[in-house]
Amino acid sequence: MNILWLQASGCGGCTMSLLCAEKPDLFDTLGGAGIEFLWHPAFSEATGDEARRLLAAVESGKQPLDILCVEGAIARGPRDTGRYQMLSGTGRSMMDWVQSLAPLARHVIAVGSCAAFGGVTTAGGNPSDAVGLQFDGTHEGGILSADFRDPTGLPVINISGCPMHPDWVTETLLMLAGDALTPADLDSYARPRFFADHLVHHGCTKNEFYEYKASARELSEIGCMMEHLGCIGTQAVGDCNIRPWNGSGSCTRGGYPCIACTAPEFEEPRHTFTETPKIAGIPVGLPSDMPKAWFMALASLSKAATPDRIAKNATSDRVAIPPTLRKPKT
Amino acid sequence: MTDRNLLVGPFNRVEGDLEIRLDVKDGAVAAAYTNSPLFRGFEMMMLGKDPRDALTITPRICGICSISQSAAAAFALADAAGAEMPPQGMLVAALLHAVENMNDHITHFNLFFMPDFARPIYAGEPWHDEAVNRFTATQGSATRAAVAARAELFNIVGLLGGKWPHTLAIQPAGVTKSPSTSDKVRIQTTLRSFRRYLESELLGGKVEDFAAISTKEQLQNWTAGDAGRFLRIGQAVGLDDMGFGPGRFMSFGAYPLPGKRAFKAGVWDGGLKPLDTASITEDLSHAWMIGPDAHPTGGQTMPDEDMRDDAYSWCKAPRLAGQTIETGALARQIVDGHPLALALADHPSAWARVAGRLLEIARTQMLLEDLAAQIDPKERFMGHRDLPKNGEGAGMIEAARGALGHWTRFENGKITGYQIIAPTTWNFGPRDRNGVAGPVEAALVGAPVRDGEETPIAVQHIVRSFDPCMVCTVH
Repeated sequence: MNILWLQASGCGGCTMSLLCAEKPDLFDTLGGAGIEFLWHPAFSEATGDEARRLLAAVESGKQPLDILCVEGAIARGPRDTGRYQMLSGTGRSMMDWVQSLAPLARHVIAVGSCAAFGGVTTAGGNPSDAVGLQFDGTHEGGILSADFRDPTGLPVINISGCPMHPDWVTETLLMLAGDALTPADLDSYARPRFFADHLVHHGCTKNEFYEYKASARELSEIGCMMEHLGCIGTQAVGDCNIRPWNGSGSCTRGGYPCIACTAPEFEEPRHTFTETPKIAGIPVGLPSDMPKAWFMALASLSKAATPDRIAKNATSDRVAIPPTLRKPKT
Repeated sequence: MTDRNLLVGPFNRVEGDLEIRLDVKDGAVAAAYTNSPLFRGFEMMMLGKDPRDALTITPRICGICSISQSAAAAFALADAAGAEMPPQGMLVAALLHAVENMNDHITHFNLFFMPDFARPIYAGEPWHDEAVNRFTATQGSATRAAVAARAELFNIVGLLGGKWPHTLAIQPAGVTKSPSTSDKVRIQTTLRSFRRYLESELLGGKVEDFAAISTKEQLQNWTAGDAGRFLRIGQAVGLDDMGFGPGRFMSFGAYPLPGKRAFKAGVWDGGLKPLDTASITEDLSHAWMIGPDAHPTGGQTMPDEDMRDDAYSWCKAPRLAGQTIETGALARQIVDGHPLALALADHPSAWARVAGRLLEIARTQMLLEDLAAQIDPKERFMGHRDLPKNGEGAGMIEAARGALGHWTRFENGKITGYQIIAPTTWNFGPRDRNGVAGPVEAALVGAPVRDGEETPIAVQHIVRSFDPCMVCTVH
């Protein structure tokens, strides 16, 4: 199975994250499953005229293409010309190339939130008029129409995240290589359910603080970051706290609130990223699937019942009070 | 009279998009024009936002040096707020940042630069089989070892910052995670493992021995490891006779620590001089940008949607006191006064540039180990400082590729100005209004072009020796 990887309007961070795959490393993981890069802008030897010839061969159908991976959003500006990103050496816009190549691939993958939904490339008024491959933020339809399907019936597969976890890409590729990914395995934003059926909240090491609404007030304090610091891990899809990042990490374990980077339009939360918007002191965004009244009732109860250890630790930058040891029975 | 014109692109194994137009005459490059063909507009995105949002948005300018962008934004806000990190916070911020820069160098050497020597054009050279074995793209034994080693080194960032790239742990008043004693010993263990990689694969000898090289002759006598392979092969293909930079070097100074920077700030122009950042301007004459040339505190970003014919890049052309200047690992080591780097300063070739990077790898390993040993888990890693409603600040740090600056201004809690000059903007900027070519444009003049070459190999060596990061360049 071969992959043509294009870097559109993005930061290259998804490629860099992919290189952080471990156990085994990226090239072992893919090579062992017979997956190879036809061309990748960061890894391949072929450059300049060789790369242009390869693109021409794919476009003419002479070179079959199994998977087209696009990293980064697609710039449509200025004035719908796509000239904010020309694929260098070709005199053609990236928008033009992707529209030409996508129908030729057996599968199309949007790697990262920019390619999936527009992502950070579309923040702050979207100066380059960028858009995702098959989504424009939360709306269906990007530079490919909402009804685009690959020859196997799959839409563009959105491996969102800013960046995405390296395993999300390698596992998707391995599933495609084994014909093990069907439309039913994608959620309504076409994200693979193997990571999108989890919330970042699942496995969060701050869950005990969450249970008691024992909250951090400033960054670096170890309490729950939902109430004051903008964390939306209870609404964000991703298995970030179930499978580690870079060995043992996750944003919340690094003391940083989850900003739901797997979600469309996360780049414009309509409030400062690290501050929870509130009305009359009550956080506006509550956990998914929970009626507001219930949340309020439970939160006030649990706050009243918060053990001293948890309350003190929540506003400390390390464990200040260890768990009480049970005394041996006499 | 030029014999022919070449359009080189897609130019891969650099970070991001790069296109180079070449005028070729008598088998050599007569003129070069660098184009950064991607515009996203991060400086425009920031306007009207809460200044704190710069900490989340600007790292996403770049996925290969996101901690650099993060640090520049944090120091710019700290400057505006009059905040300073507690000493241990500075230490951990420096550690995070140095891990990223180290991995940038490793990635550049193994994945971006060396695969060119494995290409068929060099078949028949006495060293070619060895280069194929070690450096073939995605398959070479050095490539594989480097990819595994860099992933493991990033475990330090996983531990201290949650994830990489787009780590958000560095804040104006410190870092978001206070490392424990167990974190400290794990960081030290990871660094020891990385040292083994450096000493057995890349350098082929002790880190301290490589860092102690002080003359070009000693450097040429270093034959061990992939460093030795590069030094020999590079000389054999003439890299020491091509790709000369302007001979002027700049560093903003890397890794702010209490009372100093681990690698000093300054300028080299035949001798060490203090850096006057007030003399920085960005020239827009050949960029698809509208507006006057300006210092970044008063600069603006207004793309020319008509893409006028006398411009040829989205990249502005930064100048220091009106002159081009080179930035990067070699520049940093020269400005820091390392004897080997000073010995390379008057012959700033493609070979010297990569050698300077190897030197910095050795010195950075020693720095990382020193920083890790100094972590005191009992101390505070974050202070507190509220951001004022109105303010102005600059964050000037060193990314792997050189000097990176963020200049911001905000009023009533909203950003009213945000300008960024990335290292590659300095190196890969276009001509200025005096017609003076940017550093890489000038370095390419004279590069040999063999008969029939469409993408000249010498041009590739020279361009990659600068380790460009194009997504940062035009952000």
